[in-house]
Amino acid sequence: MSSQTIAVAMSGGVDSSTVAAILSAQGHNVIGLTMQLWNQRRLAGRDGMPPAVEGRCCSLDDVYDARRVAETIGIPFYVVNHERRFENEVVRPFVREYLTGRTPIPCSLCNNHVKFDQLLTIAQQIGAEKLATGHYARVGFDQDVGRWLLKRPRDHCKDQTYFLFGLTQAQLSQTLFPLGDMTKPEVRELARSYGLDLAEKPDSQEICFVPGGDYKRFLQAYLEEQSEAMPDTSGELVTTAGEVIGQHNGIHSFTVGQRKGLGITTGFPLYVVEIKGDARQVVVGSGEQLYSKTLRARGVNFIAVKEFAEPVPVSVKIRHRHEPASATVEQTGPDEVLVTFDVPQRAVTPGQASVFYAGDTVVGGGWIA
Amino acid sequence: MRQVYFDNNATTPVLPEVFEAMRPYLLEQYGNASSIHSHGQAARAGVERARRSVAKLLGCRASEVVFTSGGTEADNLALFGILAQGDHLITSSIEHHAVLHAAKRLEELGSSVTYVPVDSCGLVDPDDVRRALRPATKLISIMMANNETGVLQPVVEIGKIAQEAEVYFHVDAVQAAAKVPLDVTRIACDLLSISGHKIHAPKAVGAIYVRKGTFLRPMLFGGSHERSLRAGTENVPGIVALGRAAEIAAEGLQNGSLEKIGELRDRFERGILTHVDGTGVNGAGAARVANTANIYFDCLDAEALVIALDLKGLAVSTGAACSSGATERSHVLSAMGLAPDRARSSIRFSLGKHNTDDDVDYALSVIPETVARLRELSPVTRASLE
Repeated sequence: MSSQTIAVAMSGGVDSSTVAAILSAQGHNVIGLTMQLWNQRRLAGRDGMPPAVEGRCCSLDDVYDARRVAETIGIPFYVVNHERRFENEVVRPFVREYLTGRTPIPCSLCNNHVKFDQLLTIAQQIGAEKLATGHYARVGFDQDVGRWLLKRPRDHCKDQTYFLFGLTQAQLSQTLFPLGDMTKPEVRELARSYGLDLAEKPDSQEICFVPGGDYKRFLQAYLEEQSEAMPDTSGELVTTAGEVIGQHNGIHSFTVGQRKGLGITTGFPLYVVEIKGDARQVVVGSGEQLYSKTLRARGVNFIAVKEFAEPVPVSVKIRHRHEPASATVEQTGPDEVLVTFDVPQRAVTPGQASVFYAGDTVVGGGWIA
Repeated sequence: MRQVYFDNNATTPVLPEVFEAMRPYLLEQYGNASSIHSHGQAARAGVERARRSVAKLLGCRASEVVFTSGGTEADNLALFGILAQGDHLITSSIEHHAVLHAAKRLEELGSSVTYVPVDSCGLVDPDDVRRALRPATKLISIMMANNETGVLQPVVEIGKIAQEAEVYFHVDAVQAAAKVPLDVTRIACDLLSISGHKIHAPKAVGAIYVRKGTFLRPMLFGGSHERSLRAGTENVPGIVALGRAAEIAAEGLQNGSLEKIGELRDRFERGILTHVDGTGVNGAGAARVANTANIYFDCLDAEALVIALDLKGLAVSTGAACSSGATERSHVLSAMGLAPDRARSSIRFSLGKHNTDDDVDYALSVIPETVARLRELSPVTRASLE
């Protein structure tokens, strides 16, 4: 492989740090970039939020770690500020989705609108041919179909393709996922061998800008900071038959499939099976009523194909930790599809993504309507 | 790769003669300036010689110079030393954060603050300062030269206003020292801050002029150093270096080296404005220090330009960086009324005495092509390609 100029999106974690070290060791001209996305101090100390800066996202500790890795492997390193874009494209939609009774995935929005858009642009502007990240996924050009393909990584446990379904052909053509053929233990081992002392740093799990994962408190604190009143989304708790059986304090506190915290006691388990945003109703039902045979996806991005000319058998993942389920996908509009599962699936959740696979290849994906 | 440093408003290299002056105070003359013995006396002599040199640069008495850990401490000492609960401060919206964030803290502690605006050139209107006066006004704090644009503020007029109103006047001269003559009598200020590392002394040393008779409360308590205004063992090597740097700065105001920097800056500005479309100088309509050029490059993101230029060996900056090192929105350019996009496309070039004609040539050779690439790959252009 000839030497290229490659920008690496460095978060200060093990994965992206190792990517930088690998590419640098391969003789590439590597430039480290860290995104400043959110100022944790903004909401610190507000009601329900930690008094000090404890959140993970863009914490100075992570920037410090990334900077130290760059210094260790001897590459130029810069922090770029995408706070404005992140707030507009990720944080605000995240808040809006919850307030309309949906369950958003901010990581996908961030990938589509910030990481593989803004950061990729900066990478190109400063002379990089490619942007590499620490995602566990594989990317490559398929001569036969003439398209860039996104594929699941070797380590299916770490598969992050679910969050990457929105990448365009142009974005994929400029992206490298050097960890696609590695397992996490192998990556940690490599990090150790490169002398990176963060090799044992724990993985991050929660949504980066929501400290402690308490999104309800985040919504409250954010709206308060924006001097926006928390809209009243309280309403009725109804059964699938339409019978009102109680009241709830706000649809944003519920997610499809939720069992706890409904505020009513019945002789059999009740689950949230639907949230009617307009009517502010939370529909509850039995475990069986939680299963759906079909779903509609909007904002569909096609990766392996230009479009679905006819109904196609695929396997579909409807949340990050979901074993892909066999289904048929049929295009119903320019960026809309109807997914029909072979076997009904539990808790199809509006706001989440549905990603279509053919084997390890990501065919495309869209937002569950 | 060629390295050109155009970020002298951020910091300057220590001059060899300055380093030589401080060297003995790191190695041989290590005494504590407060000690009675000969070691202490040698250190004390160095400190007091430096005090006289700084006094000469500022046009004040040696006894009116208090050494600090830098410009930020000097600014903080001026504000916290004068103002108490109930007092009123007048400052401007374009001050350095060392003043602005201190003022915010004072507001939390019960002082009130008026932030006077600036015009599109970045100039404070002395009449705004006059109109902001209240019976409770205790202090006016206005910078002499702005760190981002280099625009010189009408401190002499403001000094007159302060004098007439019998209000203390503090001048943050961190970016003006060594670039324009500082004469505390002409400015009629009571307090004036300078910083060592902006004038070729090391980091972490500075000084504040405190007019005789100005009652200032200290911020640090301990020994009776610096006339009990600043407790803590004197940073003797740093102070000696600041003294030597002040002497060289005073000479520079006479020997034409400033004019040379001004010529380089002007040629650089003309070159950019001529060869790159969609550019302009922020603060061009006002008098500016000779070394600073704040230029907007429409349709691009200054943050990317700074990185791209650094990768080509040209060190420049946007006005401000946040704690992570990322670029922060410039409060100065916003206060001047620049559209947000234009403020985000602005870069500060600040030249110094080490810069040469070749440096300017190099900068003029890399900037146009770099700007062209960035504009070509700007999000707007990219979207239309996809």
